[in-house]
Amino acid sequence: MTSALKEWPLWEIFVRSKQGLEHKHCGSLHAADAAQALDMARDVYTRRQEGVSIWVVESRAITASNPDEKGELFDPAADKIYRHPTFYDIPDEVGHM
Amino acid sequence: MSATIDYLLHLADNALVLGQRNAEWCGHGPILEEDIALANVSLDLIGQARLLYQLVATLKGGNTTEDRLAYFRDAGEFRNYTLLELPHHGPLSGYAQSSLDYGTTIVRNFLYSALMALLWEALEKSANTDLAAIAAKSLKEVRYHLRHSRDWLLRLGDGTDESHARSQAALDHLFPYTQEFWVSSPAESAAIEAGIGVDLQTIKADWDGIVDAALAEATLQRPVAEGYVSEGKKGLHSEHLGFLLADMQSLARAHPNGNW
Repeated sequence: MTSALKEWPLWEIFVRSKQGLEHKHCGSLHAADAAQALDMARDVYTRRQEGVSIWVVESRAITASNPDEKGELFDPAADKIYRHPTFYDIPDEVGHM
Repeated sequence: MSATIDYLLHLADNALVLGQRNAEWCGHGPILEEDIALANVSLDLIGQARLLYQLVATLKGGNTTEDRLAYFRDAGEFRNYTLLELPHHGPLSGYAQSSLDYGTTIVRNFLYSALMALLWEALEKSANTDLAAIAAKSLKEVRYHLRHSRDWLLRLGDGTDESHARSQAALDHLFPYTQEFWVSSPAESAAIEAGIGVDLQTIKADWDGIVDAALAEATLQRPVAEGYVSEGKKGLHSEHLGFLLADMQSLARAHPNGNW
């Protein structure tokens, strides 16, 4: 017999809404292990036909950027509009890109 | 016709009564995710009951509706297994009270889901095509109920000393009531005869297999099913069904012509 976990780890839930689309983060929940997190995610996040596939990732496996560093990390991109591919004329025949 | 109606009511009452029981956890689940999971199971069961009652109402005609069948029949007219009306805890004496026991809930859902996963599959070939269609829809739902309750059975049985003892006690308490599955009622015999129903003896070996495999993994002992054979499906219920129905039916009976 294993000893009971006093606190279940936190899991991040990603749901694919339909075939061809990417999995999107939709929330988090507590579960004892990955299999249980998957079943719980099914019950909590796909009750209204939100999904066709679920990924679960233990939250501590995710390394996140520090919100305090958002100045140096993200602000320098603000004045570099030339990085957006909006300076090309696309022929009509190409259609939607 | 009457055999079909009696058989459909048996299936419908099973779903409604267990749906109502499980709904007692709504807002009281051990954790938020389980609260939602149990409510989902209840809603599946109540949905199955509705489809079956609607079919009965069509067959009966007149002013019969699904609401009349659910809310205006008394305990003696219900045809569910006794197992499904028992409270979420073990036997008590006198005026003793007990809080809800999740082990009892899980063991019951497991024993019943294991049966229905096999029965709905067999009923897909029912001579009544409406029932066959309801079976096809319900089969997907019950396969998840079985997966959910089996998963928790393993976690509780092979968990801590406390969860093991509680789930074994729940199993010892509930298992004798499964004897009722295997003795055909007159309604079941007539439905089997007509090709509408399924003889549960033909799926018993598979049910035993599902139960034994899960109990072994859960490190739980299979109790010997013996003694009194309950007869809820013939309308002879335990004292618990009346209280459950009072809870469920009081609103509809207070407003008999209400619409919602």
